[in-house]
Amino acid sequence: MTESITVRFVVNGVETTVFADPLTSLQTVLRDQLLLTGTKAGCRQGGCGSCSVLVDGRLELACLRPIAEVEGRRVETIEGLSAGESLHPIQTAFVENFALQCGFCTPGMVMATKALLAENAQPTKDEVIVALSGNICRCTGYEPILAAVEVAASRLADGAQTGASRERR
Amino acid sequence: MNEGNVRVPAGDGPVGASVEQRDSRWHVSGHTIYVDDVILPGMAHMVLARSPFPHARIRRIDLTDAQKVPGFVRALTAADVPKNIYTILGLIGFGLDEERALADERVRYVGEPIVAIIADTRVAASEAAKLVRIDYEELPAVFDVEEALAPGAPAVTEWGINAFNFDGRPFRQVRFGDADAAMKGADHVVEGRYQMSPIEHAPVETTGCVVRPEPDGRFTVWSNTQALNMSLDLTAHILQIPTRRLHFIGGTVGGGFGGKVDGMVEPLATLGAWLTGRPVKYVYSRDEEMIVSSTRNGVRIYMTDGVTNDGLIVARKVRSYIDCGAYSRHTPYAVQKHAANLAGPYFIPNAAFDIYCVYTNRQPSSAMRGFGVTEASFAMEVQMDRIAELTGLDPWTVRFRNAYHDGDLRPHRKPVEDATLIEAMQAAARLVGHRLAPELLAMSSKPREV
Repeated sequence: MTESITVRFVVNGVETTVFADPLTSLQTVLRDQLLLTGTKAGCRQGGCGSCSVLVDGRLELACLRPIAEVEGRRVETIEGLSAGESLHPIQTAFVENFALQCGFCTPGMVMATKALLAENAQPTKDEVIVALSGNICRCTGYEPILAAVEVAASRLADGAQTGASRERR
Repeated sequence: MNEGNVRVPAGDGPVGASVEQRDSRWHVSGHTIYVDDVILPGMAHMVLARSPFPHARIRRIDLTDAQKVPGFVRALTAADVPKNIYTILGLIGFGLDEERALADERVRYVGEPIVAIIADTRVAASEAAKLVRIDYEELPAVFDVEEALAPGAPAVTEWGINAFNFDGRPFRQVRFGDADAAMKGADHVVEGRYQMSPIEHAPVETTGCVVRPEPDGRFTVWSNTQALNMSLDLTAHILQIPTRRLHFIGGTVGGGFGGKVDGMVEPLATLGAWLTGRPVKYVYSRDEEMIVSSTRNGVRIYMTDGVTNDGLIVARKVRSYIDCGAYSRHTPYAVQKHAANLAGPYFIPNAAFDIYCVYTNRQPSSAMRGFGVTEASFAMEVQMDRIAELTGLDPWTVRFRNAYHDGDLRPHRKPVEDATLIEAMQAAARLVGHRLAPELLAMSSKPREV
């Protein structure tokens, strides 16, 4: 164990300070210290994608990012996408297209989709497949997820947004 | 909506209507509370020290170094478990006690639990578990189902043969008609050897539970078990406490597929909560999920069919070896289902099946999606295609001619009711645009004319 350090960063728009071993993963800090348990822990070794979050707008696996490297960064988790009943268009598309069953991989899938659509508003199916290739789902067979991403992309392109997403985009 | 020739109704009624999944808004927003999301004040973490050998005798366990890890709370060994030896199907009066919550004298597979460490954090518990010193005497191991039954094989079980006992026999036996005589009279004999590998369910959420000891002597158990009542009963049995002391909360499962029915975590976590007075979380790591949790059974099937020139199966003989690994868990049930489904949806008038549940030094295997049946279907459908090839008949024709009808007797003496194979194949042919011969289109599953 190394000596704990103070790390300051922004989580879902909120200035946050934590005290942790510098090698503690961002995943552990989010889940165990900040109680943001929407970021899941499926493998803790970068294999499943269930802990996908955005760091400075880029897709990252929270389990592989030591907290020391998050100093001064802007972190976005699944909790930052919706407010109460008001879902982000990506989330609505997942609900409407049955893009989930057990739901455990879903927060990671949604965050990976958000990262993709921020960079490429109208991805081809192949581009979606590549973008989500780091996220494992054992229930759906992936097809409904691809359909949901397609619907979300076209709605976002048409400017359909919820209150929550308008605020935070 | 019209897909092929199958009409899917759409409109007023609930049939064909799209209904939103009850919990999907919780899932997409990260609000669903899975077991690992239950984080309680004062909660300790359990991590297991496990066997690195497939078969070994435990000579000595030394906890000195483990106890020195900062945050160490307590270790559990076999001596701490009130009723350490059990078998899960024992809950329904089936099988002998054989598996231990914590191994005492012997380990029979890589990953078998020996010492449960409880510590303030998951990191401390993992560190302490690595520092448990165990002296082993390695024993010869066996990994193949037929080698495990050969004379002189390493003894995995404690009753002299590496097979489960079904009504006094080391295999489940089914006899129907006279398979030997019918085989002799057949025009062709089709023999096949089929194997299926074990498969890990690999749910994205690993197996786990959180247990909180309550001030009234009860325990609240949050679990992702797929078999809540079995996990509850097993915990009560292993801890030797009445079931009224257990309050299980479940139903939120991050993928199961049959892999979360063996009650592997709740008894030890509850015992840990009991003996420490603290909430205890015990959640498998990904490595444990892959190496330790039950898999689908590995299966080897020898199937021999006697067939007429018309493609009719007049006799079937099967010898199957279903590998349960070190402990039987739900495999005897897989054997029952396998034995009952070896004729599949076909009428086979003469049958002889011997189905073994074999113990080896592999990771225990158990339930997974149609276990026992899927394996039988794989073997028999390959046989059907081989029969078609041998007799020069169309594979559809072979299946229609052998299809069972209402009133037919299956080899385990169950009369067929509500048979639909013929109608299902007719619909399938339409959907894929396959033109069936008029004689096949005219068939139905109605009782045969006597």
